[in-house]
Amino acid sequence: MAEKTTIVNLTEEEFVYPGNRACSGCGLSIVYRMGLKALGKNTLLVVPPSCLTVLQGLYPVASTKLPCVNVTFASTGAAASGVRAAVRALKKEGVNVAAWAGDGGTGDIGIQALSGACERGEDIIYICYDNEAYMNTGVQRSGTTPQGVLTTTTPIKGKLQTKKDVPAIIAAHGIGYVATASAAFPLDFYDKVKKATTLPGPKYIHVHTPCPPGWGFETRNTIKVGKAAVESGLFDLYEIENGQFTLTGPSKKMLGKQRRPVTDYFATQTRFKSLDTKHIEEFQRLIDAKWEQYSSMS
Amino acid sequence: MHHIIESGNVAAATGVKLSRAQVIAAYPITPQTPLTEKLSEFVESGELDAEYIPVESEHSAMAVCIAASTAGTRAFTATSANGLLYMNEQLHWAVGARLPVVMCVANRGVGAPWTVWNDQQDSMSQRDVGWIQLYANDHQQIIDSVIKAFRLAQTVSVPVMVCYDGYLLSHTYMPFEQPDQQKVDAFLPSFTPKHFLNPEEPGNFNTVTLPDIRPGVSGAIEPGYIEIRHNLHQDLRGALDAYKEIDEEFAQEFGRGGNPFVEQYKCDDAACVAVCIGSLSYQLRDVIDSLRQEGIKVGVMGVQMYRPFPDEAIVEALADKSSVVVFEKALSYGNQGPLYGDIKSALYSCSSRPRIQNYILGLGGREIQTQQLMDALRRCCSSPDAIEDTPRWIGLKL
Repeated sequence: MAEKTTIVNLTEEEFVYPGNRACSGCGLSIVYRMGLKALGKNTLLVVPPSCLTVLQGLYPVASTKLPCVNVTFASTGAAASGVRAAVRALKKEGVNVAAWAGDGGTGDIGIQALSGACERGEDIIYICYDNEAYMNTGVQRSGTTPQGVLTTTTPIKGKLQTKKDVPAIIAAHGIGYVATASAAFPLDFYDKVKKATTLPGPKYIHVHTPCPPGWGFETRNTIKVGKAAVESGLFDLYEIENGQFTLTGPSKKMLGKQRRPVTDYFATQTRFKSLDTKHIEEFQRLIDAKWEQYSSMS
Repeated sequence: MHHIIESGNVAAATGVKLSRAQVIAAYPITPQTPLTEKLSEFVESGELDAEYIPVESEHSAMAVCIAASTAGTRAFTATSANGLLYMNEQLHWAVGARLPVVMCVANRGVGAPWTVWNDQQDSMSQRDVGWIQLYANDHQQIIDSVIKAFRLAQTVSVPVMVCYDGYLLSHTYMPFEQPDQQKVDAFLPSFTPKHFLNPEEPGNFNTVTLPDIRPGVSGAIEPGYIEIRHNLHQDLRGALDAYKEIDEEFAQEFGRGGNPFVEQYKCDDAACVAVCIGSLSYQLRDVIDSLRQEGIKVGVMGVQMYRPFPDEAIVEALADKSSVVVFEKALSYGNQGPLYGDIKSALYSCSSRPRIQNYILGLGGREIQTQQLMDALRRCCSSPDAIEDTPRWIGLKL
C-alpha cells in the first residue's frame, strides 16, 4: 500500500455534514465520512435502501454533498453499472462510481446484481458496510449476522447459522481488488478506498460497522467494540489484490502474537448474551484454527 | 429513406439505432431476443455508438436504464412476459423518478403454466405503474413508435413502453420504411435533462419523502409524496396533448401518423365498431370488409395509446354507435377485460352510449380464426339485445 494517511495529512474537505440522521455512535457515519473524503468530489454515488438512506436526510434536505441516486434494494450493482455506462457514453474522464450498501443489501437481496457487475468487470467501487443485521428495519437477522447473535427474528436462541462470507464470494469472481476494513480503523479504510479509486474494474470493500442500538453497547464505545472484533481475530482486515491475499494494518501486526480472547469482544455487547461457555469455546477454537492457517500462509 | 423487409424485432432495433440510444441493457427472453441480438450487433459493429450492458436479469436491466438515465443519457431496454413482471418494482421506480426511459415489450402470455406465445397480459397488467403505453399494429408502426416514444419520454419526463405482439409482429417479416438518420436527428435532438448526476450540482435523487410538505434549506416549501405523485398524474394527462403534437410533427416530417390515439377503419358510418389493441386490429380489417359485403355496417378501431387513456378520442369514436365489441388478449382476472372496463368507464357520462360486449380470445397464442371474429361481430351487430355485461370467450375447447 502507498504511504499511509494519518490524521495530519488527511484531507480537510468534507462531503458528509454534521446534523445528519445517523444514530449516536453510528459506525457507518464514521466510514461514510472517511470514504467520501477518499472518493473526492468527482464521484457519483449509488445507494439502495439502508441506514444510509436515512443518514442522508429526508427530502428536501440532504447531508451529503455528492451526487447520489437512490435505487431499489436488489439493484445496487446493476445501477452502479448503469451510472458507469452513462459516464462512458458521455465520454467523461476521472469520475468514480461508488455504491454504498448494507450487508443485507449486499450479501442477501443485492448479491445477484453485484455478482453480475463483478462478472462483467464493471469499473465501480462497491462498499458494503456490515452492521451484521437489517438495522434500518429494526435489527432482523441477515445472512451476514454471526452465529449466536440475538436479533428481533432470532429473539431467544440467537442465530443458528454462521455468517455468510461475502468478501470471499466476491473474491471468487476473480475481480482485481477485494478488501476488508473496520470503522474502528478509519484511516486504514480511507487508504483502501483511495487505492480503489486508482484501480480498474470492480473493487469491493467490506467494512465492519459497529451499531450501538443493534448490537447493544453504549454509543461511546463504537471504536472500542470495533477494535475488539479485529484484535480478537474475529473480523480480519485484509486485501485480496489480483488473487493475492494479504493481512493488512492491525490484523497483519497480530500475526504470531497473542490475540485478545473472543470473550473480550462478546462481553461488550448484549446481542451475544445467549452464548454459553460451550459455544464461546467453540468460537475461540475456530478463531485459533483460522489464525493458525494465516500463520502458515505467511 | 428506404424500404427494408425485416422482422418486427429488427424494426424496433432499427428505431432504437436511429434514435441514438446511448445506454442499452438487456436480458434475453423469448420473443424479445432478436431485438437485443440486433442491438448488440449494431453496437459491436460500431453502427451505433452506445454502451451495451448484458445484465444478469430484467430487474437489473431496468436498474441500468434507471441509473444511466439519471446520469443524463438516453437509455433503452426490451423484454417480454415474465421478464416485464420481474421488472415491476423497477417500472414504478423509473416513472416515480421521472426518467425518459424507453422500453419495447414483445407481448407474450404470462406463466404459470409456461407459454411463450402471444397475448397481452404482460403489459396490460402493468397499466397502473404510470408508464406511457403505446401499441403498434405493424412493423412500420413499431419503428415509428420507438422514435416518437423517445421524443415523448423526454418531453414529459415519463418513461414509455412500446408494445407489439410477440411472434405475430416480432418474428414475422414485413416491408417497412426506414427513416433517414438526418431527419430523425432533427426530429429527436440529443437531450440533457434539467437534473442529472452532476458533481458540479450535487443532488440526492429519489430520497425519502414525508407525508406532508416540508421547507427546504432556503425556506421554500417543497412537496410531499402525494404532491409529487399528483404532479406525475397531471403530467401523464398532459402527455395526451404532447403526443398529439409529436405525432403531427412526425407526420409532417415522415408522412406517416395522424392517428396518435386510435386508428379507425370504416368506422364513420358504422353502427357497430370492433375495438382491440395490436395486430388483431389489422386482422379484423378483412373481417370488416367481408361483413360489409353482407350489408353489415361495421368498422374496427385499434387503440394505439393505452396509458394515458385517451378518453376523449374513445368517446368521440364510440359514443354515437349502437354497439361496440371489445376483443381482448388480456383479462383482469375475476372481473373483465381491462380495455373493456376502461371504455365502459369513458362512456359512462355520455347521454347516449352503445351497448358493449367483451370477448376474451387468443390467450397463450390460441389461434384467432376469421370465422370466429365474423360470428362474434354478426351476433353483436344483428342482435344488440343479446349483448351482455359479462366477457364471452372465443375459441374455448372445454
